[in-house]
Amino acid sequence: MKKLLLAAALAMSMSMTSSLAVAETVVKILDHEPTTKEEKEFLLRVAKKYEESNPDIKIKFDFLDDVSYKAKLPTLLQSSERPDAFFTWTGGVFYEQAQTGMLKDITDMMTPAVKARYATIGLDGLSYKGRLYGVPMYASNILIWYNGDLLKQANVDPKAIKTWDDFLNACAALKKAGITPITIGGKDKWPIAFFYGPLALRIAGQDGINAANRGENGGFNNKDFVRVGKEFERLVKLDPFQPGFMDTGFHKSVGLFGDGKGAFLPIAHYVIDMNAKNSTSGKGIGDSLDFIPFPAVTGGKGDPKDTFGGINGWLLTKSAKPETLKFLEYLTNKENQMESARLGLWLPIVKETQANIKDPRVQRVAKLLEEAPHHQLYLDQALGAVVGAAVNDAAAELATKEITPEKAAKRIEEAREIR
Amino acid sequence: MYDDGKLTTIFLFLPPALVLFTIFVIWPILNATNFSFYKWSGYGELTNFVGMQNFQRLANHSIFHQSIWNSVKLVLVSLLIQIPLALTMALLIYKKTSVNTAFRLIFFAPYILAEVATGLIWSFIFDGDYGVTAQITQALGIDPIYILADKNYAFLTIITVIIWKYFGYHMMIFIAALQAVPHDLLEAAEIDGASPWRIVWYVKIPLIAHAIKLSAFFAIVGALQVFDIIIPLTNGGPSNSTHSIVSYLYYFGLVQLNVGYGSAVGVVLFLLCIVTAFSYKRFAIDKGGEL
Repeated sequence: MKKLLLAAALAMSMSMTSSLAVAETVVKILDHEPTTKEEKEFLLRVAKKYEESNPDIKIKFDFLDDVSYKAKLPTLLQSSERPDAFFTWTGGVFYEQAQTGMLKDITDMMTPAVKARYATIGLDGLSYKGRLYGVPMYASNILIWYNGDLLKQANVDPKAIKTWDDFLNACAALKKAGITPITIGGKDKWPIAFFYGPLALRIAGQDGINAANRGENGGFNNKDFVRVGKEFERLVKLDPFQPGFMDTGFHKSVGLFGDGKGAFLPIAHYVIDMNAKNSTSGKGIGDSLDFIPFPAVTGGKGDPKDTFGGINGWLLTKSAKPETLKFLEYLTNKENQMESARLGLWLPIVKETQANIKDPRVQRVAKLLEEAPHHQLYLDQALGAVVGAAVNDAAAELATKEITPEKAAKRIEEAREIR
Repeated sequence: MYDDGKLTTIFLFLPPALVLFTIFVIWPILNATNFSFYKWSGYGELTNFVGMQNFQRLANHSIFHQSIWNSVKLVLVSLLIQIPLALTMALLIYKKTSVNTAFRLIFFAPYILAEVATGLIWSFIFDGDYGVTAQITQALGIDPIYILADKNYAFLTIITVIIWKYFGYHMMIFIAALQAVPHDLLEAAEIDGASPWRIVWYVKIPLIAHAIKLSAFFAIVGALQVFDIIIPLTNGGPSNSTHSIVSYLYYFGLVQLNVGYGSAVGVVLFLLCIVTAFSYKRFAIDKGGEL
């Protein structure tokens, strides 16, 4: 009898849960493991809040570490297990996904009123051939951050650095004072491209980069890109990087900077937290930390106000449930973007949310982004994986003085041709 | 003719193995071979047939040549340094005593460590800023050394780590084989007045030749497949000089979303392994009798 009762109770509870499940729509979102705990908590908190006001919808976030995320995504998107939406760094990989019909075109699903709240660079970043495929969430902007105390020791005034020549002079002065001018994570290669990429933006301009990417004017093997290599080579000739920089990963390079072992570091605003967390003392260089925009290059075609960095957001897969877009719009509404700005999670991409940013330095970063005529995506994202890797390899080999600027330009063009 | 019992056995026991082998070995190999003739990023349908183009690119890519050369170096080092080292150690400590057991444990321990963990541990040891190397150079009052950032030494370092990690495994195979060498033979040699060195050379080594051959085979195939130690140690750098065939495949095939090209590398690697395995069997094992 006892057994019978138990079985009946089990059956009842099972039928109850299954009837509950039927009434719910589950929106599955796949994300790469966020860099900070706070970021993950924020996403889950917003999801929970959304579920409370929409009891028939369940938001399910899944997180995968960076490498597995990138490796599993192609297979996952082509299977029936695909999520409704997933995190994107935009750029070439996103174009590939859009081209092969993996994504949902939401151009007509998002109302003009909602569209109006995002910064243009955000919507541009999530668009391919004029069609919108996702919702932007944040931007990042690579600038040259410096250690004010070290610059003072070498009598370098950061505010006076306006051109690339000024910057080279500053590096020479630091070197003379026995201070390592720049810490860089050469082992990962892409941090070196934080010099090469912005230089390309200043010298060739965004139009020049796009034209080269289309194969016009000799592709990447033209005099502008040779000059990019040459200007970078001028920096390399000063031996500006910390010893053993090719065995330094990105995280360690930020730690070295936080330990006061180098004066400059090309990086985004997250350096403020990261230089402290990665330093030996756990405190970093504190208020001595500030930044200058990437200097102008004399005779360059790019606007010195153009910015360089990332656009990140969410892409909807072709079979995404209608509720997905509603949730993503909620996740990136003004209130939530203000909250993420207040928490210092990222640079919000919704207009008029900057006021909530606490750190004045980050506020200035946001302002630069807002005023930028163009925002160039990281080259290894914008140009796709093959050409992007060739850019990173070329930058790394220029840094180790293994190839000439001419050969670097040629290598990148070769990669573009076989792409 | 098979009798009923034999047929039943075949029908009962062959399918599970055959099905698993087909699904997890044959099918992926055929698939990869197919991909290798396409230019394909992994997204969408296979539409861009390029024939042998991926293989041509591979043949002309200097970094691929370097990775092949690196893998060859690993094979040579495994055979010429690692196995003799393992054999020497095995001869020294194969007898069952408590001290020997302790040594066996110490030498075998690196093999148990996960490859990635090994890479991370050694990259800390070689870290010229914060690692063990840094402490040594500081204590000696000399300039810091960044061995993994130096193109001339980075691969040598990888080789050292690989020997350190795997020689214990080969040593264990030899120890097991040595313990199976009949005592009466060794005693007979001793009574005949053979020196310890002659006993090793004329009795022990010939009697464990099968184990040495097996070990050498594992070493060769293992050397061709080295991957997870390289990524945390050097990430294939500096300047792509320390790739093995597999890390080359990973970097130029998967990371750069060139699944077609990566498959071509995979096919070449597969052929290399197959050719090695069969010629090894033909020339080393068949000639010298059973394994």
